Amino acid sequence: MSLLEIEKLSLSIHGAPILREVDISVASGEVMGLVGESGSGKSMTALTLMQLLPQGARASGRVTFDGIDILSAPESAMCRLRGDDIGMVFQEPMTALNPVKTIGEQVAEGIRWHTGANRADAEARARAMLERVGLPEKQFPLTRYPHELSGGQRQRVVIAIACALKPKLLIADEPTTALDVVLQAQILDLLRDLVDENRMSLLLISHDLAVVTDMSDRITIMRHGEVMEEGETARTLTEQRHPYTRQLAEASTHVPARAKTPVQKGTTEPLLSVQNVTRDYPVRRESLFRPAKPFRAVNNVSFSLDAGQTTALVGRSGCGKSTLARMILALDRPTSGAIAFLGEDISAKSEAALRPARRNMQVVFQDPYGSFDPRHKVERLVAEPLHLLDEKPGQARRRELVAEALEQVGLQTSDLDKYPHEFSGGQRQRISIARAIITKPKLVVADEPVSALDVSIRAQILDLFADLNERLGVAYLFITHDLTVARAITDTVMVMHDGEIVEHGITNDVLNRPATEPAKALVAAAPDLQRALERRLEKVERA
Amino acid sequence: MTTFLLKRLAIGLVTLLVASIVVFGVLEVLPGDPARIMLGMNASPEALQSLRALMGLDQPLVTRYLNWLGGMAVGDFGASITYSSPVIDLIGERLAVSLPLAMIALLLSTLIAIPVGVFAASRRGGVADTITMGTAQVGVAIPNFWFALLLVYVFAVGLQLVPAGGFPSWNEPWAAMKALILPAVSLALPQAAILARVTRSAMVEVMGEDYIRTARAKGLPRKRVLWRHALRNALIPVLTILGLQFAFLLAGTIIIENVFYLPGLGRLIFQAISQRDLIVVEGVVMLLVASVVLINLVVDICYAVVDPRLRVRR
Amino acid sequence: MSAESAFAPPPERHFLMKALTNRSFLIGLIITAFIALMALTSFFWTPYDITRLQVSDRMQGLSLAHPFGTDHMGRDILSMIMIGARNSIAVAIVAVGIGMGVGVPLGTWAAARGGWVDEMLMRVNDVVFAFPALLSAVMITAIFGPGAVNAIIAIGIFNVPVFARVARAGALALWPREFILAARASGKGKTLITIEHILPNITNLLLVQGTIQFALGILAEAGLSYLGLGAQPPMPSWGRMLFDAQTRIAVAPHLALFPGLAIVITVLGLNLLGDGLRDILDPKLRRER
Repeated sequence: MSLLEIEKLSLSIHGAPILREVDISVASGEVMGLVGESGSGKSMTALTLMQLLPQGARASGRVTFDGIDILSAPESAMCRLRGDDIGMVFQEPMTALNPVKTIGEQVAEGIRWHTGANRADAEARARAMLERVGLPEKQFPLTRYPHELSGGQRQRVVIAIACALKPKLLIADEPTTALDVVLQAQILDLLRDLVDENRMSLLLISHDLAVVTDMSDRITIMRHGEVMEEGETARTLTEQRHPYTRQLAEASTHVPARAKTPVQKGTTEPLLSVQNVTRDYPVRRESLFRPAKPFRAVNNVSFSLDAGQTTALVGRSGCGKSTLARMILALDRPTSGAIAFLGEDISAKSEAALRPARRNMQVVFQDPYGSFDPRHKVERLVAEPLHLLDEKPGQARRRELVAEALEQVGLQTSDLDKYPHEFSGGQRQRISIARAIITKPKLVVADEPVSALDVSIRAQILDLFADLNERLGVAYLFITHDLTVARAITDTVMVMHDGEIVEHGITNDVLNRPATEPAKALVAAAPDLQRALERRLEKVERA
Repeated sequence: MTTFLLKRLAIGLVTLLVASIVVFGVLEVLPGDPARIMLGMNASPEALQSLRALMGLDQPLVTRYLNWLGGMAVGDFGASITYSSPVIDLIGERLAVSLPLAMIALLLSTLIAIPVGVFAASRRGGVADTITMGTAQVGVAIPNFWFALLLVYVFAVGLQLVPAGGFPSWNEPWAAMKALILPAVSLALPQAAILARVTRSAMVEVMGEDYIRTARAKGLPRKRVLWRHALRNALIPVLTILGLQFAFLLAGTIIIENVFYLPGLGRLIFQAISQRDLIVVEGVVMLLVASVVLINLVVDICYAVVDPRLRVRR
Repeated sequence: MSAESAFAPPPERHFLMKALTNRSFLIGLIITAFIALMALTSFFWTPYDITRLQVSDRMQGLSLAHPFGTDHMGRDILSMIMIGARNSIAVAIVAVGIGMGVGVPLGTWAAARGGWVDEMLMRVNDVVFAFPALLSAVMITAIFGPGAVNAIIAIGIFNVPVFARVARAGALALWPREFILAARASGKGKTLITIEHILPNITNLLLVQGTIQFALGILAEAGLSYLGLGAQPPMPSWGRMLFDAQTRIAVAPHLALFPGLAIVITVLGLNLLGDGLRDILDPKLRRER
């Protein structure tokens, strides 16, 4: 008898179908991975188990947890289950904790509520639990508030809340998606240890096949609210019986076909040359009498980029890679140092003098939703950089240029008169790329351009980037936290850590044989489907 | 925390200083010759001359301003020419009516509005929510002086429970309180309607936050989450509105005192206007501006108490 | 999915459909249109001529001839209310115009420049906020004597920091957005970006705030003219009518009833309109419904 049994679960919200006849079962002490792209209904499945669905939701079917029929259980019974027998960890650690309550209060609250323990006892248990998740009282007293902790630390608090009463089932909904890879590895290790120690079952929800493979005994693959395939992890992913499973696995490891561009070293002057660039930010002073020391986001960075070359800039979040990118794009100015683009120093030029440089240097952002003014049509959006041309094209010519750019990225001329919200995320990223190439630039800076996309869309966009590099000879500076993306698309890679570039070289050399500690940590923590699968197979054989 | 408060205190002082320049500029510089305004067109040259000397109009502008400012700092607001007594005494007398009135009204409106707002938010979309918020919607639209007239008609003229106006004195506390009931209620209720709406929407917003879901996932029932987790977060925007409302409340006090013939600051300032007693106008306006600044400072302190993010640690 | 709904689609596309299904918007619109129509009609026609005083008809109750009765000088209350609407609306509109015209450029400028410009502007705002409209009106009246223009100036001054704050907050939320960065990477300057991207995207906020300030302006004008600081007789105004009614409330309560109701209905209509607009235009609030 499984601990959790979901049978033919269907769910609709305000009449819109979300889940259709979902079957999942989780045995006692088992780790079940739930994978799917956005809109697959994996989070809603979790919220159904907790009975924390949004208003207007209707569920049918059968959900049995530890012999209790969840769908027909009264609210009071659910309150007894939640936090006691079922714990849940959420995706967004930055907002998951109440900002006006101390972490001690928040961990102890559930303990007091369920066990009726007095304040002192509950606090003692909370203290022990926080210590267990890696927040020892010496550095993190119970009186800390959430805003005094980093994202990773906050996620540890959320885990402490969820596991405080050693639940039989822990649900973790994308617990590491908002964290960088190194933190992700640490949090996953912690979850694994807690599950082993307390013989909990874990329902791990993720969009990342590699993460799930690494963690789960069994795996359920969902799409559009339905279960596609379900089974033992290693076997499901090696046999790939269901076409969608194969598609997902292939997209996760996709490498665009690229003709190796010969790296011409030293023949011409570099396209971009960054010399000893440093950027300080003033820190809000904490005392009226003590001047604050500025925060150094980028520290004495130098490198150069050749025409047509694609380079990845990788590093943990907060390492300064986005700040560096903004200075290269002349959206921010270095505190000291020089940035030369096409042989001219752009670090201190006026906006008017920057025009030729801006023409040859464009940008693609991460968020396909936030990249466009929602009030403008595609034509106007894509045409925006034409503002940089010395001779403004006329109405007809402008339309022609935009249509050309759209065609380059695989969109239609008929898309000219649509608004951005009429497109899917992947299509919007194509529009974003069209905008970046309309002035035929020599360099495109792409800041996490695929990290907000589902894997199958991500593969297509990576192909497009590779294709444009080949056809137009445009150089890329790819800022990414995802080493798989770096491997797939770039010639060289720079590893950034605490504002400095610690390693720089041919992508495969650096990522296969990292020399410095930060690079090693990054490589070790990066999820990799192939390696995860190998490890899983070994485990199965040993058993 | 201290840094935050020191900064707010400094801002408050600067605000007050700039406000004093504005008041001085409008009332003493803009008119050209304040003495002529105070005495009117038909004043005799001798009277004008003596008033000018009394007000120090023969001195340079900066000296006059600094004298005025320095005087206020030690409680000397000058002397009224119509009452021929120090302005500070007039203000003191009138404050004994205005301050209790404003305080009762503020207390009343807060005590009504916050529970009603929380209640409506907890029944969001239900009948109770619709009724209370519909009432509040109408309440917001009611001018307080008209509401006062209606109350007078019903409770003073009709039922004869309370006086229609006037104020005995605090020597008769019971009668004094009775005289303040209608004014306080007519000030408080329209204010409460606004505050209840703000409270409700702040609560509704907070109830959609991630940390509320975390609290529910701990197994806490909805009610407990509402009072223990949501309310304190919702208080932050409510406080902002409360601070802003105080300015309106003061303005309202001026109007309401005129409806009920209460001998408060509002009446004082009005008599001063009709008698063109600029010195009294200056003093009362500065006092009211200072109380708005002070209340905003108090609101800032409350912020720091409610929201730990503002309590910057060393 | 959440990212999708958090993002505003262009309002012009679905605006009409949403507007027609939003109850508060519809009711608010009807009330506001009715009041505006009443004010406009009064330019051409009112049931009675209110400049002719008919002492024999004074303080009549409700009748077919005078549906709202007559005042202490025999003037028809309905006609007075119609003409009073003009005054209220004119004062409120001009005051909102002053507030928007000065406040929005200041607010967007502060947001674009940041630094000391921003800090300065916010401090000036603090100072203006310390003067409720009534206090400004009191000071102006003390010097220049009473009049409708005082009311407009006093309320207008108070509106400036309100719009400056709303515009600044809206603009500040937009500046770090990626589409603004993309515009900057296209070489567009701060002024051009403010005109092309910031202003169109904060119009919603300004529109909603505009209706709120309009309603507050009506209330403030009524208060000022009640105190005799606004429009002067013989120009009828709702506030002044209430002042005249006050001493006669025991004998003729209807004198106080109708001008008050006129204020309440107008303000209610505008508030409903504002709420409706917010529901329609602000996707964040809409999601919560």
